[in-house]
Order: sequence, then C-alpha cells, then structure tokens
Amino acid sequence: MNRDDFEILKKNIIYFDNGATTLKPNVVRDSILKYYDEYTANAHRGDYKTSAIVDNLYEEAREKVCKFINAKEKSEIVFTSGTTNSMNMIIFGYFKNYLKEGDEVLITLSEHASNIVPWFMLEKEIGIKVNYIDLDDKHEVSIDNVKKAITDKTKVISIAMTTNVVGDTRPIKEISKIAHDNNILMVVDAAQAVAHNKVDVQDMDIDFMAFSGHKMYGPTGTGVLYGKFDLLDKVTPFNYGGGMNAMFTKNGYVELREIPTRLEGGTPNIEGVLGLSEAISYIEDIGIDKINKYEKELRKYLISELDKLDFIDVYNKEVDTNIVAFNIKGVFAQDTAVYLDKYNICVRAGNHCAKILDNELNISNTVRISLSFYNNKEEIDLLINVLKNSENIWKEIL
Amino acid sequence: MDRNLKRSIILDNYQNANKKYISDGEEFTKINTRNVSCIDNLDIYIDLEDNIIKDISFEGEACVISISSTNILINLLIGKSKEDALYLIDNYLKMINEEEYDKEVLKELLVFDDTSKQPSRIKCATLTANGIKKFLENN
Ligand SMILES: Cc1ncc(COP(=O)(O)O)c(C=O)c1O
Repeated sequence: MNRDDFEILKKNIIYFDNGATTLKPNVVRDSILKYYDEYTANAHRGDYKTSAIVDNLYEEAREKVCKFINAKEKSEIVFTSGTTNSMNMIIFGYFKNYLKEGDEVLITLSEHASNIVPWFMLEKEIGIKVNYIDLDDKHEVSIDNVKKAITDKTKVISIAMTTNVVGDTRPIKEISKIAHDNNILMVVDAAQAVAHNKVDVQDMDIDFMAFSGHKMYGPTGTGVLYGKFDLLDKVTPFNYGGGMNAMFTKNGYVELREIPTRLEGGTPNIEGVLGLSEAISYIEDIGIDKINKYEKELRKYLISELDKLDFIDVYNKEVDTNIVAFNIKGVFAQDTAVYLDKYNICVRAGNHCAKILDNELNISNTVRISLSFYNNKEEIDLLINVLKNSENIWKEIL
Repeated sequence: MDRNLKRSIILDNYQNANKKYISDGEEFTKINTRNVSCIDNLDIYIDLEDNIIKDISFEGEACVISISSTNILINLLIGKSKEDALYLIDNYLKMINEEEYDKEVLKELLVFDDTSKQPSRIKCATLTANGIKKFLENN
C-alpha cells in the first residue's frame, strides 16, 4: 500500500531489505528540502525569524517522538545519531558509573552487535559479567528462561524488542515486570520494532530504549535515546561544549543545562531530526496498527509461497513479524543475493551482524527478507518466480 | 576466454575444490580471512618451509567467487618460493584492480579477469590473496 508516496519505487526495484534501512517517503525528502530552501538556521538560538522556526520545529519533533512512544514527558527524549549511538551513550554514560565489578548484564545470542560489543567493552573496563538468556528451540526468549537466567547479581536486562535475524518479537512488558520485581533495569533496543508495531514505553515499563530514524522511514544519522527522567538525568554526557552548558567561567566553573539538552552537545542533525519528525507523522497518518496487520499478512503469504518450494529452507517460519530468513539449499546466501539482484530484488545476505547467533542457528549465513507496508503480493510472486528458476543461478551470476 | 569455459572452471573449483579441507599438522600456520564484510569466513592453512610453500589448504563458508578463487590460487602457489608466490599474487591483484599485469603467471586465475565489472565481488575474489600476501610478507 501507499506505494505512490515513494519516488524511489518508480524505479524498477523490489526492495526487501527494510531491516537494514527503509525507503524514505517523498514527504520526508520534502521536509529536508524545505529546511534547506526556506529556513536554514541553527537551533536553540532563535534571534531571527528562520532560527525561531527551526527551533520550534526541532522541539516539535521531540514532542512527536514523545507521543509516538508514549513517553511521560518530552525531556525524556534525546536525539542521537542512531541506535548504536544511543546504546553507547547509556552503556558508557550511565551503566559504567552505576554498575560495579561482578554485576551481571543479561543479553541474548540474537542481539545486534550494538547491544553486545559495548557491554563486552564494559566487561573489560570495569569487570561486569555479560550473561545470556537461553533461547528456546525456536530461538526465542521465553519468560521461563528469563527467570532462570536471573541471579542476585543481575542488574540489567538489555534485549532487542524485535531481533534482526530471526525477527521474533519479545514479550517486553512481561520481561520488564520480572526485571523490576528483581530490581533489574530494563534496556530495550527497538531498532527493528518501532516502524512495525506499537511501542509504548510506559505500558511496557521500559527504563532505557534506543532506536534509529532510518529504519522508520526517516533519514540516516538520526536516532533516539529514551530514558525515564530520573535515570536519563544521571547519564554523563559524551559531548561537552556548546548548547549543553548553562554557563562557565574562566576559572573552570561549569554549569550544565537540563536534560535532554545536556545530552545533545554541539549543533544537532537538524535537517535529520526534521525529517524524522515528518517520518513519524507519516507513519501515524497510515496508522501503525494497520501497518502491522498488513505486514504480518504479507509475511504469511510469503511463507506459504516459499513453503511450496522444496529447495528452500526457511529458518523462522513461526515468528510473527516482517522478517523471513531462508536459503536455497546448497547455495551460499551471498550468491543467492547476487542472483536476486540480477532481477533488481534487494535482499540482505549475511549473519546480519548478529555474529554470535551462528552457534545457535547452526547456519552462519542466511538470506533475509524484511518486509514493509509498500511491499506487495505481486513483488512476492516475482521473487518466487525468480527462485523457481534458480537452477540457472550459476549461469546468471558467473 | 569464453564465458562458458570460465564458468565451468569457476564452478569446478567451487563444487569440487580439491584443497578444501583442514590441515592441522603442526607445520601449518592457520590464518583467517574474515574480512570487513560480515560474511565470508575462510581459514587458510599454510606450510611454509625454507622459503618454499610446501602446502596450503582452506576451510570455511564463503561465496562461489571466494571459494573458487581460493582453490585456484592455492593450487598455483603450492611449490613456489615466497618471492614467486608474491609475484603471482601481486599480478593477480593488479588484474582484479584493472592495472597492467603479467598474464603468464596467472593461468586459471584469468577466469576472474572481469571481476572488476562486479564491484561487490572484488572483495570476494581478493580475500585469500590478500590474506596469504600478508602472511608471506611477515614470515
Ligand atoms: C536490532 C538492531 N539493533 C541495532 C541496530 C543498529 O542500528 P544503527 O546502525 O542505526 O545504529 C540495528 C541495525 O541494523 C538492528 O537491526
């Protein structure tokens, strides 16, 4: 649906790599152009008309994000450059001070690198311990396994809401409840979730959450860090400098501003944030529930068509999101991707930066299709046709 | 070279790669070519003695171009002195990068002479060559 909203879809491509980044609707592009053409100015310095416009739009964007994830107040929303940036900000800006040697952090084997590597670094730096919540035989997180993994040293559970390889969505609300019953903080990587299902940080009782603008129809280089006010207020800034200080004197006295401004030192990615703001309005205009329903139905169709092909292995048939991981039997994932690219079908091959998952899946590389609402059955039929002819794969790619 | 002939040489070295196995004798040094892309991951086992490459094998998961180019390259390198091996590798890399190169030494590796037309495959075709080159230069 809504295919006309995307100029790029007039080009002859079938874009199935929405987990990597989504396409950007024309309205997002136009909002960035408008910043360039009509009111280029810095934010937070509204001494003239265009600057005031930008200031307002920038803070409006914060308001929109706040409503979009149902945060309590807009000061709980920090603009970052993406999920990776948000995760690093809290892991090194908060948990490095809050955690002590021997404290345990629970993650899973199907996390994205940005929710693993910073924790490993912290493990080295201050002697915390990174442990894993076991995945069940469908590679999913069960409540029982969460309970089993918790010890009296566990201080943080840090997991993706939706994973980027298997595509399973975790029962965050239930896990948060268990976490809080045990005095554990709940950190959520919502990068693969926000564009596909309703996320409500209050209802799910999330302590910190990270996501990226570019995976939700917005520009690259934008992202969000959400934190409950009292927690966010304790995050040490990465960037000291302009915009984030209230005053300083020549003998070294510095007073910092309130959050979220304190955590946004330097000129922010203004055009990006305005684009993200437009992307959120765009999603809301269509309706996240409608998107969710459509994508799930489309996925079911894709699975049912793939199921008819006996030379295809699908690894995550049962999950209920927009992601399908498969291989042509006997063909390396990257070769399949190169073959599909001959037909302008964009898919991702690889282990999708969840490098430790291959211990669990026993296959280190898969072809990933991640659907969006602008994909449709005709595209899937085309894909299936191309796959049906894949006995010619070597002729086509060599 | 004719497209069909190229294809059959590439495929043969992929599907029937004769040097694709683990060599765990202690005379072998293992190097890993895990490259910058998330994906190809080959272990290469080299036995370099008295400046001569006695044997090489490899194991791992990678695309058709990586596996096939690795197998062909390895077969050509076995028995060569370090200097001759480096000369061959340098010429192979020149070919892939569309520079002047010595055709004589490359033999079956010539099947990859148009790899530069598929930029995404350049990394695959040079993965092992770069790995072995680095090893030889440091040993
Ligand atoms: C689950 C998940 N977390 C985090 C990230 C990192 O996002 P970014 O690269 O925008 O920082 C990704 C993106 O691939 C992801 O899929």
